[in-house]
This record gives sequence, structure tokens and C-alpha cells, in this order.
Amino acid sequence: MEKLNLKPNLSAPDDFYADLIAAHEGLSDDDIASVNARLILLLANHIGDCSVLRQALSIAQNPSGEKAAG
Amino acid sequence: MQDRYSLAFRLYPYQRSADQDHANPVWHKVIVVGGGPIGLATALDLGRQGIPVVVLDDHEGIGMGSRAICFSKRCLEIADRYGCGRPMVDKGVVWNLGKVFHDDRLIYEFNLLPEDGHRNPAFINLQQPYFEKFIFEQIEAEIAKGAPIEVRGKNRVDAVENHADHVSLKVMTPDGPYEIEAGYLIACDGAASPVRGMLGLDFEGRVFQDSFLIADIRMKNESFPTERWFWFEPWFKSGASTLLHKQPDDIWRVDFQIGWDADRKEEMKEENIRHRLDAMLGKGIEYDIVWSSIYTFRCCRMKTFRLGRVLFAGDAAHQVSPFGARGANTGMQDVDNLGWKLGMVINGTAPETLLDTYHEERAYGADENILNSTRSTDFITPKSKVSLTFRNAVLDLAEHYEFARPIVNSGRLSVPCTYDGLSLNGPDAITGGPARSRVGSVCPDILLGDGYLLDRLGSRFILLTIDADAPEVMEEDGITVTRLALSATDDASGALAERYLGSAQTGVYLIRPDQHVAARWTDFDEHAVRAALRTACAKE
Repeated sequence: MEKLNLKPNLSAPDDFYADLIAAHEGLSDDDIASVNARLILLLANHIGDCSVLRQALSIAQNPSGEKAAG
Repeated sequence: MQDRYSLAFRLYPYQRSADQDHANPVWHKVIVVGGGPIGLATALDLGRQGIPVVVLDDHEGIGMGSRAICFSKRCLEIADRYGCGRPMVDKGVVWNLGKVFHDDRLIYEFNLLPEDGHRNPAFINLQQPYFEKFIFEQIEAEIAKGAPIEVRGKNRVDAVENHADHVSLKVMTPDGPYEIEAGYLIACDGAASPVRGMLGLDFEGRVFQDSFLIADIRMKNESFPTERWFWFEPWFKSGASTLLHKQPDDIWRVDFQIGWDADRKEEMKEENIRHRLDAMLGKGIEYDIVWSSIYTFRCCRMKTFRLGRVLFAGDAAHQVSPFGARGANTGMQDVDNLGWKLGMVINGTAPETLLDTYHEERAYGADENILNSTRSTDFITPKSKVSLTFRNAVLDLAEHYEFARPIVNSGRLSVPCTYDGLSLNGPDAITGGPARSRVGSVCPDILLGDGYLLDRLGSRFILLTIDADAPEVMEEDGITVTRLALSATDDASGALAERYLGSAQTGVYLIRPDQHVAARWTDFDEHAVRAALRTACAKE
């Protein structure tokens, strides 16, 4: 199973971060949600491998990696 | 006895049976409760094997209303095995092209692109009453040839008692009640199964909080193409989603998603149905409303489809959402699975435990259907704000980018289930063999000269050899296996090799009476075939 890359991989982290914030600027909460949903779908398709995506979903839900209470 | 619905075809009017005049309950080998498509097909399967079967139905024929309209290739293959597939295909509407809209925009089109070499199309659209009528006509044809099938109209089952070696029933008729007994009872009495209720059995799952208005309309002057049109959030605001589909007799099915809170009585008024239709079709288009109904649905199944001498099939055993045409199509696969097993158990050529594999295989199929249909439902009717956001994000992207189109889910159309890893399966021993014909799957059809492969299989065990030697007939513990010898050169298109050999040069397939692959090898080995046959009949 391919492992989700958790090492630094962005060619220009500051540029990407600035682009990400700029893409959401001035939008309503609903529009922000739509942009983010489209973004996730585009990136997910680029990655393609469902097992990698599952690892990402799991870490996104629980960044510390600890089991959630309850 | 009041009818609960009006009839499309009155086929089996009440006749007093001699059973009603007996002092003691008369015993029958098999009683089927419910004369819908699944009950009738069960009777047909058993009757063709020479097993006496009595069908009890509380009406005198087939109910009005198109209900199920989309019949899959596998369903038609099963009907072919019973001898009634041809009139269905002749009457049905064959369609391949689907269009998906969001609001007022065409997002994309899909083509079912039927593969060559199959006798049946991927789907036909046909009103359910016709489907049932063709099965019934075949029953009459089989009766004329001596098949021991009896269909009793206006025979309502009011009580069922399940005993160790038989089932006793109390039946109400226009002449009053009588009692009969059955060696086996097959309950095909629909999603609200009274038999299930009488036996106090569970039916658990998920209720979907939405309702749908169906209207079958006959266009007076206009016409639409023979395509499946599906709208998400249609611009004409007649529903949160809408489906338009052609049926025979110039009738179109329109299906509006109208929400959980819809006022059924109000919505069923013709003026209100017309209001929705006019918004969709545009002003000045004339049509008649042939039939309409409002439905809600659940995705449920029984914990077990077999309780001793009582077996459940079709909607009585499992219910799914209508997205994907998985209701009647799945029910027909239940019949396909149960028929030969019950036949062998009754004839004493297989142990009763073979019937437990009916539950094992068909519950597996039901779970697959429920999973697919639940996913379609969640896409079509998003249950939360975030689910709606993602759904619409998929639609937005699908309009412009191909990558998102496979995510769009307006119903994953029914394909037969492969019984992967289940207990009747024997060895899957063709290295490089095609995945589509692996052990547990339905045999793919092949055009062989002027006939089709599936017509040469079915209703008995077959040893299909492709460029391999084997005896013409084998007997194992009361079961006969007949060889069907083919050569890869029999099919110039190469489909036989592609669908059955893959990279192998030779193949030997043990095929069950329901046309599923029981085991496969590259060469004949008598010991291996006998062992696989015993496994396929639950003798091991």
C-alpha cells in the first residue's frame, strides 16, 4: 500500500499558502464551502489511490493520531 | 374479500379447489405465497423441474401500475432459461443512451455500449404488468405440457405455522376459510410481506426521508427520444430531482422527488400532478396521465431468508431504493438461485443444508444491492448541508471535466452479483483466467454460430470444456454433469477466449444450473471435478 507523503513536498510552501488564502478571499461561507469541495475533488482525482486518500481523511479528522474519545 | 388494488390483467379467477372440501388439510410439496413476478417465476422454475407447486394470491391477476420498469440483462437471461425472455424483449423498449442534467444544463451523456455477443440488451424498459403476464403465459404453456403448477386466485393466507417438517396455512377464500399444508413455503408476498409478519420476523434497515411522485404519461403529439434523462435540481422546479424514461405503448415514466413533508393527498390530485408536468414539458404539450403513485422507500433485509421450511424471496426478503433497478431484477436472481437448490433437496439429490446457501448467496447479493442503492440515494438526495455541497461540487466539475463524471451517481444500474468467497465455490484454478468469469460469477454470454452459449447452459450442471478433454457425462451421487465441448475457434470474434480463457490455452468450467461458475481449471481432473460438484451441492 502506498503511504501518504507526510514529509515536506511543496515546491514553494509560502506561495501555495498565499494562493490558498487568496482563493477564498471575499467569499461567503457557502461559496467557501463550494470552492473547498471542488478543490478536494480535483486533488483527490489527481492522487487517485483510495488507500492514500483514506489515510489523508483519517489524519484530517484526527491530526494527533490519537483515538477520539467515545 | 375486497381487492386492495385494481387489476391490469385478470388471469386466475377464483375457482373452488378440491382441497376446500377435505376434512383434513391437504399436503403440497411447495406452496408459493404471492403471485407477483417473483412468486410466478418461482412456480415456473419448480414446475419446469416437475415439482408440484401451488401459488396462492389474494387477487385474481396482475395489479395495475407500471411500478418496476427497468429489466436488466441478467433478469432477461433468467427469463430466457424459463422460456419467456423473448416476448419481454420484443415488447420492451431497448435503450442505451442516458443524459444527466443539472438545473438547465446538460452535464454529460453516457452510452451503455452493449458488448457484442450477448443475446440480451443491457436493459429493457417494460411495464411490470407485462413482465408478469409473460411469465404467467409461460406457466400456462408449461401446464399444457404437463407441468404441475396451480395458481389459486382470491386465496389469502391468514395464518402460517412453521413446523419441523412442514408448514401449515389457514387460507381465506370467497367460499370461506380452509387449511392446507406445505413441505416448503416460499414467501414472495412483497415488501410488506404478511407471511413475514405472521411469523414475527424482523425486517431492519434504513428509512429514507423522501418521497417520490411517479406519473406514467401518454404523449398526444410530442415525442421524446428513447433515452434516460435525469435532472439534479431541475430548472422547472418540479422536484429536487426528476427522471424521465420511455416505456412501451408511447408511455413515458416521470419520477419527481418531492420531499418527505409532501402532502400525499394534495400531491396526488390530477391538477397538481399536471402542474409539475407542465412546468417540465412546457405549455401546450398534451398528454394523458395513465397511472400515478407516490412512494417512499427503505433499504432493509431480513436477517435470514430461510427459517426451516419457510423461505423468503424478492421484496419480502429485502427492499432497496428504486435507483439502479435492483428490485425485481434482484428478486429474479433469488428465484434463479433457489429453484435448482430446492429442486435438488426435494428430489433427494442434495442435503437440506443446500438451502442455507440460498440465504448465504442471496443475502450477500442483497447487501451489495443495498450498499449500491444507499450510495445512489445519498448522492441524489443529500442528507446534510455538507453532503449537498460536495454533491453539487461534483456536478459543477462534471459539466466541464471528464474526471468527475464517474462520481456522478444517478443510480448504478443493476449487474448480477458474483458470489466471491462463498461456501459452494470450488477451485478457481485458471492462471491468467479472466476476472469476469471467475468462480462465483454468472457465465458471460457468447454468440456461437447461430445460437448463444447461455441457451446451451442452465437448469442442470454443465462441464464446459474449451479445447480440453473430458467425459461426455459424469454421475456423482445422483447428480449428472453433462459436457459442453467448445473450441476457441468456434467463435471467430475471439470473445470465447477473451471471456473464458484470458491468457490460458484451455479451460474446464463446472457450471451450476443457475449459470454461475462453480469451479474452473485448465484441464480435466476427474477427482477435482467430483469434489467441486459435491461442494457446489453442499455435500461436503
